[in-house]
Amino acid sequence: MKSLAELKELRNKVQKEMKKRDQGTRAEIIVGMGTCGIAAGARDILKAVLAEVEKRDLDVRVTQTGCIGMCEKEPLIDVKLPGKERITYGNLSEADVQKIITEHVVNGNIVSDLVIARHKSE
Amino acid sequence: MKDSIYRSHVLICTGTGCVSSGAKTLKESLEEELAANDLSGEIKIVETGCHGFCEKGPIMIVYPEGVFYCEVQAEDVEEIVEEHLLKGRTVERLLFKEPMTEEQIPSYQDIDFYKKQQRIALANCGKIDPEDINEYIALGGYEAAGKVLTEMEPQEVVDTIKDSGLRGRGGGGFPTGLKWQFAKNSESDKKYVICNADEGDPGAFMDRSILEGDPHRIIEGMLVGAYAIGADEGYVYVRAEYPLAIKRLEKAIEDAEEYGLLGEDIFSSGFDFKLHIKKGAGAFVCGEETALMNSIEGKRGMPTPRPPYPAVRGLWGKPTNINNVETYANIPYIINEGAENFSAIGTEGSSGTKVFALTGKINNTGLVEVPMGTTLREVIFEIGGGLGNGKKFKAVQTGGPSGGCLPEDYLDLPIDYDSLLDAGTMMGSGGMVVMDEDSCMVDVARFFLNFTQSESCGKCTPCREGTKRMLEILNRITDGEGKDGDIELLLELGEHIKSTSLCGLGQSAPNPVLSTIRYFRDEYEAHIHDSDCPAGVCTELASAYVIDEEACIGCGKCAKVCPVDAISGEIKNPFTIDPEVCIACGACEPECPVDAISQG
Repeated sequence: MKSLAELKELRNKVQKEMKKRDQGTRAEIIVGMGTCGIAAGARDILKAVLAEVEKRDLDVRVTQTGCIGMCEKEPLIDVKLPGKERITYGNLSEADVQKIITEHVVNGNIVSDLVIARHKSE
Repeated sequence: MKDSIYRSHVLICTGTGCVSSGAKTLKESLEEELAANDLSGEIKIVETGCHGFCEKGPIMIVYPEGVFYCEVQAEDVEEIVEEHLLKGRTVERLLFKEPMTEEQIPSYQDIDFYKKQQRIALANCGKIDPEDINEYIALGGYEAAGKVLTEMEPQEVVDTIKDSGLRGRGGGGFPTGLKWQFAKNSESDKKYVICNADEGDPGAFMDRSILEGDPHRIIEGMLVGAYAIGADEGYVYVRAEYPLAIKRLEKAIEDAEEYGLLGEDIFSSGFDFKLHIKKGAGAFVCGEETALMNSIEGKRGMPTPRPPYPAVRGLWGKPTNINNVETYANIPYIINEGAENFSAIGTEGSSGTKVFALTGKINNTGLVEVPMGTTLREVIFEIGGGLGNGKKFKAVQTGGPSGGCLPEDYLDLPIDYDSLLDAGTMMGSGGMVVMDEDSCMVDVARFFLNFTQSESCGKCTPCREGTKRMLEILNRITDGEGKDGDIELLLELGEHIKSTSLCGLGQSAPNPVLSTIRYFRDEYEAHIHDSDCPAGVCTELASAYVIDEEACIGCGKCAKVCPVDAISGEIKNPFTIDPEVCIACGACEPECPVDAISQG
């Protein structure tokens, strides 16, 4: 280690992964992973979400949830931006995931044609 | 970096406590289960150090949700993977339950045991992979060392530590900054720093947990200390009974060397520092600084008179600074956050936090770190969850075998170095043993003295002979052969041993006896004058059990459990206990379906 700057540079590089263990408030993408979701292809949706988050280097928490009762609309994902209402999107394809992340997660614009439910913020 | 595509981190505690309750097999089955579900690329398993809650181990935390599972076994893995990692549903049966309310708590920040703690020395323990230097750096590691080496003069560093009010966490409580100043003031071509990790108090394991869970923090603390006093070489003296701590520290030193954080010209500052590990053979007296240095030099681990203090003439005759593991663990925080922010925590004379090893007859045992000035009641009843089985609190022993016992009246005592000394006990390394009404205080004193007596190195007479005589008297008392004047003799011997012994071992060895006489003299008197052990622990004194013939239904269950065959009788007729044979162990009492057995 040659300087404090070098140490800080290394810190920035290695810090990203540790954010997974940060409990602070940030955007959340929740993938429906009940049996119904998995049967409708939720695993591929989850992988697409992860790949997109990685590609764009986003600070987002990706979690899963069980069946919410709208099995026929699976695969579903929810997007919850800090302080905003939670939006549920349904009948998704991998291409939709890309669109939702670009439009909603990054730019804050809800992709209306894919929305199937809105929840008041908790 | 392939790493960053993981969507979830599963942290498994692999401290010594959790390993002994099955963490290694747990990790292996989790690896297999993840692979079987094609999740290996999405979920990262991280081995961490101790969370302090060893009683509930093995402990697993799943991020990003931060769900805290306890007592997880390999059989639970399939359900965790299927339910939680795949479907996102918390496995409720593995959550922690508050002992008092039975309430299930999913997130560990909300558990009383953790909620009331403030973690500085243990900040990273259980949060990071101790074998990955990058994780330490990601949380700001080595920035304190970088700042000190490149931006501060040695005297500024010493002054910062002085201003922080940090006192030695190993037992004595000597101001750390002052110790550094003495070592800095000594002129010499060569100086050393030593980390005392010869943790020997029965039940205390904070030093081991820090070394296992966050070894880089110790290296960083020593680096700062070495720069401040002008040392270029250091030793960590750690007992060979701590193999995992040694392994992780070795790895940490290697990685730090590779990153140029140890070695020559660190941070291009021209400062060199080399660090070695010295394994001790586990003698209690080697925790004493002069004995420890003798042991490093290859001599017998025996203390030598001070002065000269190590700061003047220490290891190999050179000025040396010795601090305890927990003391060094506080250094990076003080440098990063500033002396003022550190001294704002705790009490006026004792700043910062202290780690306690909470054990005994208590619901939540484990390692806890609280600000100085927290009361015993808060630690025992709020963090510790109170006593088990509805028993009544009787005493708490602090400071390990060199400390003393405090009764219920002292529960609201704010814990700091000085308040404990005033009450006749000490901070010590932070052992805290809680005792309930079933504990005999004479027996407790005998237990601790037995430990220090057998660990006495034998160099000075007061400690070698004095503790032996005291132990003989205590053995006599617990055997029912106590005499008039025994208490006075114990007091006199105790005071003499304290004031004339060569080192801290002898100077503190009588404490358990003196403090129990001070607060529980009636128990000593009952043993001596009434041949009675009020708690029923000293079997020689306990009276035999008797069977109430009227109530006995002659089932014979009692006779089956008697270890000495003192109970006889015929089925359906009243049984009897032979008082000559009965050892008053009490095994028969709970067996009786009609409560016909009692102590006579």
